[in-house]
Amino acid sequence: MYSSTVMDHFKNPRNVGEIEKADGIGEVGNPLCGDMMTIYLKIEEEKIKDIKFKTFGCGAAIAVSSMLTEMAKGKTLDDAKKITNKSVAEALEGLPKNKLHCSNLGADALHMAIQDYEDKKAGIVRPKPKREDKLEQIHVHKEGEKCYCPYCNIEVTEQTAVCVGCGATLKPA
Amino acid sequence: MKMINLDYISANPLLPEVQEAMIEAIRNNYGNPSSPHQLGDLAAEALEKARSSVACLLNCLNSKEIVFTSGGTEAINQAIKGVALANAKKGMHIITSNIEHNAVLRTLRRLRMMDYKVSSVEVDQSGRVDPADVAKAITDQTILVTIMHSNNEIGTIQPIEEIAQITREKKIPLHCDGVTSVGVVPMDVQKLGVDLLSFSANQFYGPSGVGALYIKHGTVLWPLLDGGVQENNKRAGTENLIGIIGLGVAADLAVRDLEIRTRQTLKLKKKLIQGLTEKVEDIFINGHPELSLPNLVSVSIKYIEGEGIVLMLDEEKILVSTRSACAAGALQASHVLLAIGREFADAQGTLVITFGQETSEADIDRFLDVLKTVVQTLREMSPLYKKGNK
Repeated sequence: MYSSTVMDHFKNPRNVGEIEKADGIGEVGNPLCGDMMTIYLKIEEEKIKDIKFKTFGCGAAIAVSSMLTEMAKGKTLDDAKKITNKSVAEALEGLPKNKLHCSNLGADALHMAIQDYEDKKAGIVRPKPKREDKLEQIHVHKEGEKCYCPYCNIEVTEQTAVCVGCGATLKPA
Repeated sequence: MKMINLDYISANPLLPEVQEAMIEAIRNNYGNPSSPHQLGDLAAEALEKARSSVACLLNCLNSKEIVFTSGGTEAINQAIKGVALANAKKGMHIITSNIEHNAVLRTLRRLRMMDYKVSSVEVDQSGRVDPADVAKAITDQTILVTIMHSNNEIGTIQPIEEIAQITREKKIPLHCDGVTSVGVVPMDVQKLGVDLLSFSANQFYGPSGVGALYIKHGTVLWPLLDGGVQENNKRAGTENLIGIIGLGVAADLAVRDLEIRTRQTLKLKKKLIQGLTEKVEDIFINGHPELSLPNLVSVSIKYIEGEGIVLMLDEEKILVSTRSACAAGALQASHVLLAIGREFADAQGTLVITFGQETSEADIDRFLDVLKTVVQTLREMSPLYKKGNK
């Protein structure tokens, strides 16, 4: 199911943990949809001196977190901002189609952590985003420009309300 | 390191007697039961012998009430769609529960696309349907009630006999998905009072890809497959004789060994639940404490996700199943766990542990030890763990 690189990062995850007095923290996802990730940054001279993660999620989500931390470590903030979900998935030699939504978390969490650092530095206080407590919207997962039904994996559009393949409700009425 | 299979529900190992009968058939009984010559006769004889074995396991009045299929899914599709299509002029309303297997749920979803109406009866926190709710849901348009015998995720056994009393009174056919029950717990179609019962061989040490549907004499339904006259015109297509022979032998052995098996698995189940409760903190055992399968334990482990547990146990050569959304392919928490009141996040960390004849107490001990370590490793990685403990 998973590439050997994914399995390696899942079995031996790099940079697990928290950083005390982190310079930036990014938290994405919610446990309701399956995955949650927190990224902690230690920043020196606008470079990522240290990075750690904590993840609740499947094998792919843990591997994504681990790979992301390896990719970001030592990078300047400008370079780290260029890391995308796609590049993390590619570095892992691909992810199963229905797991691609897990990989969306990695780069998002990193970018949020950088934002958090930059906000703190600039003295901006943003209200903490409220975590959604209900999963009303079912994720139609995306790969490139295409969307797929989470139940039967046939191609649908983002606007599809009912999957033509299996009849699943994709958008609440 | 010895492999420990605690995922019997995905597929059972084939018993030696089953293997031998199938290998013998591959070598010498490859004929078509419909042929009028001696090779055909030999095949037809084996086919009817297997049918009698299955009929005996279920205490059917007549072996003709058994129709062989390609497994539980086909049997379920046949039962539900067959009754729905044949009775569309009478009515288009079907009653089910909210914890059925996807084979039932998606079949009903398909029928909804064809304007059938489906009522779903809710279960309580132990996963049991209240027969009174079924009675309340019945309308003059109801043509079928379909309720599973035992649940494949939490093991809870339904009050089928009581539901059957209601449906019989109203003359509505009752289909029962018996996939996880047949060959595991005593199943007597006359005592249960069902009109249709679906099951597959691989839940009781038979091969995958073969199963059957019990159709009580007089039940009106259309075949799913049209073609030849096989299976008394109820299922066209040349029979999977090798598989059916395996099913027949598995049925004979189930009749012989059911009691011993149940005693053995119940002992393991007790040990497993006790060990889980003692060794791992913050868990829930799912399902009804008594009215449930003897060979299944469902446990929700807080703060972590099931697929990670499965992969890490696999590294230690221990095989289990999970109901986490990610691993299940559909990125949603299990409808069964949500139906019995589990939180989304807790449902994600759910393992379904199933065992059988080859499982030893030492296997359970090793599983518990390894699980304890795996849970700790994953919890230390989880952002929910600390939060949950605060």
